[in-house]
Amino acid sequence: MAKGESVAGSDIPAGGFVQLLTPDGERVDTVTTADGTTYSVDFTDEEYRGLYRDLVTVRRLDSEAVALQRQGELGIWASLLGQEAAQVGSGRALRPQDMAFPTYREHGVLYCRGIDPIMPFGLFRGVDQGGWDPNEFKFNTYTIVIGSQTLHATGYAMGVTMDGKTGSADGEAVIAYFGDGATSQGEVNESFVWSGVFNAPIVFFCQNNQYAISEPLERQTRVPLYRRAGGYGFPGIRVDGNDVLATYAVTRAALDNARNGQGPTLIEAYTYRMGAHTSSDDPTRYRIASEVEAWKAKDPISRLKAFLSKQKIAKKDFFAEVDAEANKQALDLRERVLAMPDPQPVTLFDNVYPNGSPEIDAQRTAFTEYQASFEGSAH
Amino acid sequence: MITLGKALNHGLRRALEDDPKVVIMGEDVGKLGGVFRITDALQKDFGEDRVIDTPLAEAGIIGTAVGLAIRGYRPVCEIQFDGFVFPAYNQIVAQVAKMHYRSKGKVRLPIVIRIPYGGGIGAVEHHSESPEAYFAHTPGLKVVTCANPADAYTMIQQAIATDDPVVFFEPKRRYWEKGEVDLDAPLSGAFPLHSARVARPGSDATVLAYGPMVRVALDAATAAAEDGRELEVIDLRTLSPIDYPVIFESVRRTGRAVVVHEAPGNVGLGAEIAARITEECFYSLEAPVLRVTGYDIPYPAARVEEEYLPDLDRVLDAVDRSFGW
Repeated sequence: MAKGESVAGSDIPAGGFVQLLTPDGERVDTVTTADGTTYSVDFTDEEYRGLYRDLVTVRRLDSEAVALQRQGELGIWASLLGQEAAQVGSGRALRPQDMAFPTYREHGVLYCRGIDPIMPFGLFRGVDQGGWDPNEFKFNTYTIVIGSQTLHATGYAMGVTMDGKTGSADGEAVIAYFGDGATSQGEVNESFVWSGVFNAPIVFFCQNNQYAISEPLERQTRVPLYRRAGGYGFPGIRVDGNDVLATYAVTRAALDNARNGQGPTLIEAYTYRMGAHTSSDDPTRYRIASEVEAWKAKDPISRLKAFLSKQKIAKKDFFAEVDAEANKQALDLRERVLAMPDPQPVTLFDNVYPNGSPEIDAQRTAFTEYQASFEGSAH
Repeated sequence: MITLGKALNHGLRRALEDDPKVVIMGEDVGKLGGVFRITDALQKDFGEDRVIDTPLAEAGIIGTAVGLAIRGYRPVCEIQFDGFVFPAYNQIVAQVAKMHYRSKGKVRLPIVIRIPYGGGIGAVEHHSESPEAYFAHTPGLKVVTCANPADAYTMIQQAIATDDPVVFFEPKRRYWEKGEVDLDAPLSGAFPLHSARVARPGSDATVLAYGPMVRVALDAATAAAEDGRELEVIDLRTLSPIDYPVIFESVRRTGRAVVVHEAPGNVGLGAEIAARITEECFYSLEAPVLRVTGYDIPYPAARVEEEYLPDLDRVLDAVDRSFGW
């Protein structure tokens, strides 16, 4: 796409998307959609370097997690490999007051929220089910049932409106993450209906990574996903999900529209899951190597690196320093994951209810007595 | 004297008055006041942000309630009929029930899910079911049901006030039954939400019932008294957790127990209660715990529902069988 060229539409032709950085690292100054919306970014050199650092760091942490799983230290891991730009671009587009509702793969968004990356490892190591406070971090607990969190996000966004926190530049917005497979879920479609009807301040951020475990996009839809939004009465737009700049620009604009009281937007971040669905998956059974290779050429990190080099925004020693720093963070993460204590068995019974239950109390007591009956024996 | 339905309406009104974070949401709950008029006039008095007519989507009602609760609201959701709860089942059992545990106690979801339930109103399919066991089986949910106007008024307020998620079953065929309700009574003086009630004391056998079946059990006790048998009727009120101490105390005294519910017997609450009585009161029992329940069939057509529903005669028959052991 040439500099400053228009793309055809908020109704972009199939295959088209908002792109501000080509796979070769060429910057597109602005993209204007047919409805007159212009997307661009105006980053300082420092900010460009910061985005690069984010991308490299979240990929490095992810690879450490994959290794930890392979070494038996995590029960399972859902890798974000290939989706770094979609997550960093949208994650950095959030303002501090915004609330995010992730799936179980949004480790990059979590990182961009300034959260200690170890936070979700309890879940994947099997020492807890998450265990964090969504309101403290403005980041909901990971949701594993596909699509359920989009309704939570919608309800939360309705609450933002009810609290009078929309309609101004410092209003609050909500972002709901989900994937291409989730768009087939009734609950996701209900969340589109509800957010439209209630004009909720929400951005639906769909990472279309082309596969729902083994099932390709064609099994989920016969129209480009972003076009679904039209039927619900709000704008939909497709962005190059491997382009951190475009993802940032499109998400920032949609969030600001939401906080200003203009209601929901569906963003389809067109990307690719380079790894397996999770560590339990074998993608060689359902996709061919040449497809993966083709997407490798669109890698989100190499294109930003090419841009930074060409524009002399960063030099070799910067890239080396980022790699070294990411490596250090990964090794620190590894150490802390290995040091995570297993929970005490009796904590099984904690937090079933805010106000407890005499039945649970009785079971806790019986469990404790049963455990104690082995004390001193050589079992 | 007011009806059970009106008592619920008063209770909801008082909850809306007491806490600005309470919101009512559901299908037709606004202008119409609900198909049973339980939310009558509440939207008019509290506005469309407090009493929300929702899209026709049960999963959406509960799923958005989760988000509202994370935001600090206290949603009171109406599921229009028992048989319509299943589209919301995922949100209730996988999200509402688990969020507190998942977050290690950092997220509370003070959500009330009101469900008119049970048969006896001559309705078409999906309007007469008793799905309480599905929810009582789910850790993380509390499940209660009221049987008279006074309890309805108190319990709906308690359910809204507690931070536990509560599935609140309303005996729809008793909506029009009247009783005395002290509308000015403070909640602080009331019985705990999760407590059973001895609805009629007796010494010869214990009949355990809840919701719409309490009336049936009381009528059976009146009839039995004419034959010289004093039945103790316990209104369970709370189905999860069940208030077992009250049950055990009674059964140890009477030596006989009959559990009554409309839901099918197979793997129903009666089975669990019978097992627990057997575990705890074995040496006091003069006979096995007997159950009077709906049959293990889909809820039948209206013209034969009276054959399906436990009634006075079936309860007395079970009492007779207990004594004949």
